[in-house]
Amino acid sequence: MDFELTDEQVMLRDTVRDLLGRAYDPEKLLKVTDTELGWSRDVWRQLAELGVLGLPFDEADGGVGAGPVETMVVMEEIGRRNAPEPLLDAVLIPGGLIARAGTAEQRQAVLPALTAGETLLAFAHAEPGTRWPATDLATTAVRDGDVYRITGVKNPVPHGDCADRLVVSATLPDGGLGLFLVAADAEGVTRTAYRTFDERRGANIEFASAAAELLGDGGDARSVVDTVTVAAQASLCAESLGAMEEALRLTTEYLKTRKQFGVTLSKFQTLTQRAANMYVSLELARSMSLYATAAVADGSADAVAASRARLQVGRSGRHIGQEAIQMHGGIGITSEYPVSHYVARLTAIARTLGGDLEHLRVLSDRVGDYTLVEF
Amino acid sequence: MKLALSPEEVKFRDELRELYRTKIPAEIRDRVKYGLELSRDDIVTTHRILNANGLAVPKWPTAWGGQDWTPMQLHIWEDEMQLASVPEPLTFNAQMIGPVIAQFGSEELKQRFLPPTANLDIWWCQGFSEPDAGSDLASLRTTAVRDGDSYIVNGQKIWTTLAQYADWIFCLVRTDPGVKKQAGISLLLFDVKTPGVTIRPIKLIDGHHEVNEVFFENVRVPADQLVGEENMGWTYAKFLLGNERTGITGVGRTKVKLGVAKEYAAQIRSGSGTLLEDPVFAARIAEIENELLALELTLMRVVSNSTGDKPNPASSVLKLRGSELQQAATELLLDIAGSDALPVNTDDIASPGWAQRSGPAYLNYRKTTIYGGSSEVQRTIIASTILGL
Repeated sequence: MDFELTDEQVMLRDTVRDLLGRAYDPEKLLKVTDTELGWSRDVWRQLAELGVLGLPFDEADGGVGAGPVETMVVMEEIGRRNAPEPLLDAVLIPGGLIARAGTAEQRQAVLPALTAGETLLAFAHAEPGTRWPATDLATTAVRDGDVYRITGVKNPVPHGDCADRLVVSATLPDGGLGLFLVAADAEGVTRTAYRTFDERRGANIEFASAAAELLGDGGDARSVVDTVTVAAQASLCAESLGAMEEALRLTTEYLKTRKQFGVTLSKFQTLTQRAANMYVSLELARSMSLYATAAVADGSADAVAASRARLQVGRSGRHIGQEAIQMHGGIGITSEYPVSHYVARLTAIARTLGGDLEHLRVLSDRVGDYTLVEF
Repeated sequence: MKLALSPEEVKFRDELRELYRTKIPAEIRDRVKYGLELSRDDIVTTHRILNANGLAVPKWPTAWGGQDWTPMQLHIWEDEMQLASVPEPLTFNAQMIGPVIAQFGSEELKQRFLPPTANLDIWWCQGFSEPDAGSDLASLRTTAVRDGDSYIVNGQKIWTTLAQYADWIFCLVRTDPGVKKQAGISLLLFDVKTPGVTIRPIKLIDGHHEVNEVFFENVRVPADQLVGEENMGWTYAKFLLGNERTGITGVGRTKVKLGVAKEYAAQIRSGSGTLLEDPVFAARIAEIENELLALELTLMRVVSNSTGDKPNPASSVLKLRGSELQQAATELLLDIAGSDALPVNTDDIASPGWAQRSGPAYLNYRKTTIYGGSSEVQRTIIASTILGL
């Protein structure tokens, strides 16, 4: 067993940590998240120059050819700084779908521009009134000569507001799940952009017979979506972990410095015992995040492994987030102080690609199938 | 990063798995698996089989029967033992006094005590806690006064586990009352049949006799049964308590309990199916199993990083969370039993034996968050040494 990072991975972590640390102090972060875009094109360009946008993609597709561990390392740093750049939503998820489902021409047409930071993508998959995982899609694709036409509503589409092109899931004419490329400004595409409670951006996107290019050969792409979703779950775990670490660090700092009744809060055992509980939650989440990433890296990842990790990380994030605010007192829910933003982000992640309830259902459905739980 | 055993480790695991299941009598392992009480004989028999196979004291120096294993091999040895429901080698011998004698004892003390300790020819008990010195162990008051070639011991110990079976006790005593409380303590070894030693049972919440009070009245202990140097006992006690005991996490044992819980739940009707098929029940099992998996992975992180120089900070999580999950598993068994848990120790009634044992077991397991450093002590360690609070 090996839970350690290689020297190269540590170097990547330190480089990204340094970049994001310089880019964002709490004040700068507030300014950037308050812009219409909600994130920084300047930081995006720097991430592209570092190769971060191309991490998991093949070199032939303009990528770096790194692996899930490198992605984890970067996502942890994004979580630690609460950086709003949409690496997962605009690159890893939609790019991953194209890398796996697209033809060589399609990959060439999209991925180099994506990894260079010139194109932004979004994955339009979730549908109104449907909980994760969406299985029966109401959005349909019909054949129209050389193209397909897509009709339906997708919401929420994370960072769908700024995407140049959309990867859209729709039911194929003969059944099965198809993936399509749709230009965001195509006729028949109506986008309604919004802000989310964690200061990110999203869009409700309506397709009315919009022209679409089928990704790949047109077979059922369900397994591609599942594979990319599992990798995305590992990324969300890693981002959560970075956010939890920082939330606990801020809380510990606060307990050591804030004085009440003439002494620092760290003199109150009730609070230090609760801080210790937060650490326990953090370490259990760290173990599960490593597990999820290692499972993706060695090809053994499945929906159950992903749900196991998400359930624990979600529980830990809720615990650490709620306690972080409570122990800060009123300052914890002010917008000026960073802890509130970490808690908002952790809360939003716990409602992305399934929440505790959905992941617990995945696991509950299987407890009768085996005797002892094993990883 | 790689979360898999090496081929050599898999081979090592499979050999142990086979050995535990063929060499240790099935009826003893069944008693462990289904939570029946073990006799002194069960524990001695198992310990000696393990020792004959080189598996009782692998953490000792190789000169005294230890194995030169990696931390991962030690983990596999312990984990497979739990998964096979093998009673573990007696902790007082294998984990506690043996390593201390091997590390700090004189050559004479080693020759005299280590072989019989390894083979459980001597059954040791631990004389540490006192009525006013539990978590605050250094406050202990039992005295030992030098008198020629002997020490005269007076005082009282409490919570002495299985002292009713013990041959000898390793005992912390105050040899210098005039110095800082940690400084004047020594570690003595003596036979519990020495005149002046009285062992009184303490009956516990589950009706069983597991711990004792031990009284010392002018007990004469030969001075050559002092471990190491006089007044250095605190150092030895810290060494003994600090020996990394990943097995106390109990992941393997808790896994077995959950497996047994499923076995019972599949036999109980609930609505139109079995209790195991009940979604609310299944969700509860899934939650405990998932926390157990998170803990097991944390344990693997600790094991993988144990290079000997510094303990992994995550290790403090193991005792705390491990004991809570052991409790959760016993509570689950109690809830599966439902009202069949109410009768106890009664043959020939419709309530099955396992159900009758589930209430006492649940109550008994409240101890796990108290002994071996209570949860509160663990949190204090985390807060002070890791978080700097």
